[in-house]
Amino acid sequence: MMKVKIHVTLRESVLDPQGTAVKSSLHAMNYHEVQDVRIGKYLEVMIEPSDRPVEEVVKEMCEKLLANTVIEDYEYEVEEAVTR
Amino acid sequence: MKFAVIVFPGSNCDIDMFHAIKDELGEEAEYVWHDAEDLSGYDGILLPGGFSYGDYLRSGSIARFSNVMKEVVKAAEEGKPVLGVCNGFQILLEAGLLPGAMLRNKELKFMCRTVGLVVENPNTMFTSAYSENQVIQIPIAHGEGNYYCDDAVYNELKENGRIVFTYEGLNPNGSLGNIAGITNAKGNVLGMMPHPERAVDALLGSADGLSLFQSIVKHWRDSNVITA
Repeated sequence: MMKVKIHVTLRESVLDPQGTAVKSSLHAMNYHEVQDVRIGKYLEVMIEPSDRPVEEVVKEMCEKLLANTVIEDYEYEVEEAVTR
Repeated sequence: MKFAVIVFPGSNCDIDMFHAIKDELGEEAEYVWHDAEDLSGYDGILLPGGFSYGDYLRSGSIARFSNVMKEVVKAAEEGKPVLGVCNGFQILLEAGLLPGAMLRNKELKFMCRTVGLVVENPNTMFTSAYSENQVIQIPIAHGEGNYYCDDAVYNELKENGRIVFTYEGLNPNGSLGNIAGITNAKGNVLGMMPHPERAVDALLGSADGLSLFQSIVKHWRDSNVITA
């Protein structure tokens, strides 16, 4: 079993209204070190490898459903899941 | 003219849409469940507003893979009028029938009020009963109506009259170029955030939305009904 950790975030070119609101709040709390905040999604997908390479399957799922590539970028890492 | 009102789990404007067609417009309408396999018996397809699949992941992203969507794509290719309102618009974007995507409203608030819409293009099958630059009063109700696309797509939309409606005055959601509604290149698929089906009788505050449905019917009659 493989565990795939996927991060989906808004593209750099796209304004992130939630991130902007959180940044303002952090500034109001005197965290002036904060330069930018981007809010995204984190997904964990458990995959039992089939005859297709896991990476190929993950990429396809991201492109089709998990991310909207018009506004979002995605990154993923695949690791061996610890099963009991 | 016979309309299909597509119902997804979580649609909540389907009854308003049905009422607008059946009782106010006086045409035929049927509810069609999201797993339907055939839309060939319908002359027009309506994707109503709501929160299909709870807006999980992204608005419209799961509904877009419903069985019926293959048929909606087919109807669009055949040139039938396809109208997506609010969540219906979001589904059309996710399905790739319209370009671009929706972001959260700029102010992060769910906006629910009547807004002025400018009719930018009255030369579509959805807007022929309006005049150019006419301002109509139509309610909005959404949290993710902040339309976004890249510059190339925006120019394409702008140059080809595909921006059909824009917000008058204050933009309620931060959408690019004040966009409230756009069509596909062929002009038979319209997606819009405001709800024309909620503005079909003066009793509801405005009857300005009725002309949109009348435009669709007129276009259909002109191209399908031979009068002696």
